[in-house]
Amino acid sequence: MHSGSHIQSDDRLERAALEPIVRTGAGFYALAGVLSCIVALGVYAWCRQLVYGMEVTGLNYPVFWGIYITNFVFFIGISHAGTLISAILRVTGAEWRRPITRLAEAITVFALMVGPINVLFDLGRPDRALNIFKHGSFHSPLLWDVTCIGTYLIASITYLYLPLLPDIALLRDRGTRHRFLYRFLAMGWSGTEKQKRALEVAIGIMAVVIIPIAVSVHTVVSWVFAMTIQPMWHSTIFGPYFVVGAIFSGIATLIIAMAIVRKAFHLEEYMQPLHFNFLGLLLLTMSLLWFYFTLAEYLTTFYGQEPSHIKVLQSKLTGPFAPCFWLMALCCFGIPFPILAIRKTRTVSGTVLASVLVNIGMWLERYTIVVPTLSHPRLPWTGAIYHPTWIEWSLTAGCFAGFTLLFVLFGKFFPMLPVWEIKEAEAAETARKAQALPAAQPM
Amino acid sequence: MPSDTQRVNDAERDGLVRRVFLRLLTALGGVLALFMLRHRTTAQGLHVHRPKLPSVDKKPTHLWGMVIDLDKCTGCNACVVACAVENNVMLGDPKLAEEGRVIRWVHLLPFIEGEYPHVRERLLPLHCQHCDRPPCIYVCPVNATYKNPEGLVAQIYPRCIGCRYCVNNCPYTCKFFNWWEPDFPQPLRQGFNPDVSVRPKGVTEKCSFCHHRLQKVKEQAKAEERELKPGDYMPACAEACPAKAIYFGDLNDPESEVSRLARSRRAFRLLEDLGTHPKVIYLTEG
Repeated sequence: MHSGSHIQSDDRLERAALEPIVRTGAGFYALAGVLSCIVALGVYAWCRQLVYGMEVTGLNYPVFWGIYITNFVFFIGISHAGTLISAILRVTGAEWRRPITRLAEAITVFALMVGPINVLFDLGRPDRALNIFKHGSFHSPLLWDVTCIGTYLIASITYLYLPLLPDIALLRDRGTRHRFLYRFLAMGWSGTEKQKRALEVAIGIMAVVIIPIAVSVHTVVSWVFAMTIQPMWHSTIFGPYFVVGAIFSGIATLIIAMAIVRKAFHLEEYMQPLHFNFLGLLLLTMSLLWFYFTLAEYLTTFYGQEPSHIKVLQSKLTGPFAPCFWLMALCCFGIPFPILAIRKTRTVSGTVLASVLVNIGMWLERYTIVVPTLSHPRLPWTGAIYHPTWIEWSLTAGCFAGFTLLFVLFGKFFPMLPVWEIKEAEAAETARKAQALPAAQPM
Repeated sequence: MPSDTQRVNDAERDGLVRRVFLRLLTALGGVLALFMLRHRTTAQGLHVHRPKLPSVDKKPTHLWGMVIDLDKCTGCNACVVACAVENNVMLGDPKLAEEGRVIRWVHLLPFIEGEYPHVRERLLPLHCQHCDRPPCIYVCPVNATYKNPEGLVAQIYPRCIGCRYCVNNCPYTCKFFNWWEPDFPQPLRQGFNPDVSVRPKGVTEKCSFCHHRLQKVKEQAKAEERELKPGDYMPACAEACPAKAIYFGDLNDPESEVSRLARSRRAFRLLEDLGTHPKVIYLTEG
């Protein structure tokens, strides 16, 4: 009887996970179409920028970096979702992670694909980008970025691919479409004990290796700013501050993605309020950590009263950047904290609302780190104020749409649920029950 | 003794490993082939320039520096104009200035000094400070900006990728960016200085202390088989200054006027506490 219900639940799981791949509704085409249009707008904007030069942006003397760099830091931040949820929870053996690891790993890979493109947008000479390899000099933090992000991208693609193997093999055996693709990607997976053990070992190693890589990535992203001598960039706290912010926005993005996938693919049975509750608690922890770091950073600067630093600080607290700054504080801490702290509001919709706010807040945080410092150079200046142009906004929209599109396409080809991992957990659960209650077992 | 099933499993795993390995190898080979193909075309089509640094003599080299006497400076802007003409710097207009898109390798920085009731405005000619420890060169990812052995901070336009990281790390905001393809009216085009390249779109530029003039006088001195004389090498701004407020010369030469003035009680450097060791020295108003 038990094994019977086991098979039944397996069937249900496979159907739920593979349904979106087999059946394609009008909704998919509509969504992919809209997203493609936004991406096309971004491509058009970039073409204009390539032809006319950086003139088409709102950048000027002395604000030489703007929302492209903001987006870059933001997307690299989001990419920390996969590492934390998947790797840390795997290493610590948290069972509840199982239905959401795939989502987290996919977010990481796609954010890492979209983020660095923003640096390319920001280059005055993207045609010479390969000079980074030809003439690369390791005293520049930008090259540290290239190294760490490159490593992280390769590692996280591997880390997405490894646990996908058995599910690709499942698709190869069950699926009707793209047989060739799945046969190639499955690499002859047949699910023998030896293969399973090898896979477990490989995933185990990757889970441990990827954590320090992820920490290094956002640390060196922060060092791009911290290694300069500019007021309020040159800060020793930036490494951990950025890593905390990255994990913060990463979890928020994961919660949003979970809510959407759950609704669209009808996976309510697998992504339960329990998952939102646990992730909400993690988000709460990160929110508190973020608040702590922010307070430490700003209070220290304020007490130092160094004129060049104070100029930047004042522009954030009471000056032209005050709306961004205080909205950031509200979105990252003010509103999410009570929502996440009270059990009654830590529901699915509550955590999603908090997550949306956190992502807005974290984007603003990156913006209020990049722009105010550049707007207040040490020497007096007669320059302009930075207002992003439609080109920059289009490219930003294109990035967000491209990120979502990659995600949607991924869901069309691969199951969003790690089928074999959930099965494994269910089998273990059945075995445990059988052992615990031998008398109840009908013969 | 391994059991039969284990042997079968081992064989199966070996098969899997071999397949994975072969596929990875094929993919890697493909990528490598593509890269080599690409590399060969660039090697043929484009000669890669590596910066040749001026040969360093056995004796201590020159260390070029500038002294600006603010007592003499009248704020007439002659240096700004002379520099722009000498170095093919863009024209610009008030609208562009308002947008923060004008390039001036040297400009007059309005400095408000003192507090009420003793406030006064000063004008400070601001060049690239040619720091002896330049923050800009450490952050460049492609070595497109560097300090040469004679202390000049140089910029390699054909290599610069336009990331503007060096610009952002200049505490003097003395570096500029080409927001568009340079556009000069026809009469100016005919009057270009042939010794200075016109910068392309999307690269960073800044004052070079008229480095091309140094190369010229060096060649001349070599042809005449003599050492460089003080006053041989003079940037356009120093030459043009009607008030003779700008001195230029070798800070390593104890006899030179600049090294004497640099030790004057009136001498100060901008943002000295940052430890950048600028080689532009100002003499305060007396």
